[in-house]
Amino acid sequence: MERNPMRRQLAIMRQSLFDQGYLDEQFIQLEELQDDANPNFVEEVVILYYRDSARIILNLEQALERKPFDFNKLDGLMHQFKGSSSSIGAKKVKAECTLFREYCKSGNGEGCTRAFQQLKREYATLKRKLEAYFQLARQAGPAETACCRKE
Amino acid sequence: MVLGKGASSSLSRKMVDGAEDMVSNCNDFTVLVVDDDPVIRKLHDMHLKKFGLSAQVVENGKTAVDLCHFGATFNLILMDKEMPIMDGVEATKELRAMGVNSLIVGVTSRDSQYETQAFMEAGLDFCFEKPLTADKISFILQELNKKN
Repeated sequence: MERNPMRRQLAIMRQSLFDQGYLDEQFIQLEELQDDANPNFVEEVVILYYRDSARIILNLEQALERKPFDFNKLDGLMHQFKGSSSSIGAKKVKAECTLFREYCKSGNGEGCTRAFQQLKREYATLKRKLEAYFQLARQAGPAETACCRKE
Repeated sequence: MVLGKGASSSLSRKMVDGAEDMVSNCNDFTVLVVDDDPVIRKLHDMHLKKFGLSAQVVENGKTAVDLCHFGATFNLILMDKEMPIMDGVEATKELRAMGVNSLIVGVTSRDSQYETQAFMEAGLDFCFEKPLTADKISFILQELNKKN
């Protein structure tokens, strides 16, 4: 009986992630891959993303410390990061990646720096929200159906 | 042939449901996933598992070329474009030069049309924007069935 309110809360939390633009349809693709044989697939992918992308973030930080900026290198790193972010449906993070790359293409170093700071904020915010979501999902227990549906 | 974005999740689900016959034909297909992004590797591996396929997974084009050079054969190769050591364009060219006639499907982040065209001209059969979705995999497997 206790699970129902928690599952409702979980569904609301999930929906808000889409409504507030943090996630896009690619996240639903991950959810559709999750099944009884791989019940934690979505969380595993997200953990893998944050682990792997930390390396790219560090490389970007180091590259942004070197003057003058190597815009080709920065763009290449961000291209990588954007691809990874797209694969988990990280919509706001992806948008900041796109903006950063536009600044790279126009040789706007200040723009790159600003966009990178904003990107890190979005990246950290999404991480917090997803951690809270997965923690609640664990507490709520397995769903009755195979995967969540966008309501 | 460059194909655009996959369809909505509801269409994806329909395509997966309708692919059961395809799965029974696919179990003998061998697949190689070539991508330096561990998230993409995991995603594509899982997508393929849903169709009853298990993939060999490597991190760059050179490893893919070496595998084929030493006799490994694959019905399907999913080839990322941007990779360290050897990128997808170079790897595809080398594989075709070796006489590899696998179905090679390029997987790219959104690039310029020129860059995607260059990737196609290296010897791809198809090219999709990453990550692959269930309906794109379904399409690829339909093409693989036709080829085989």
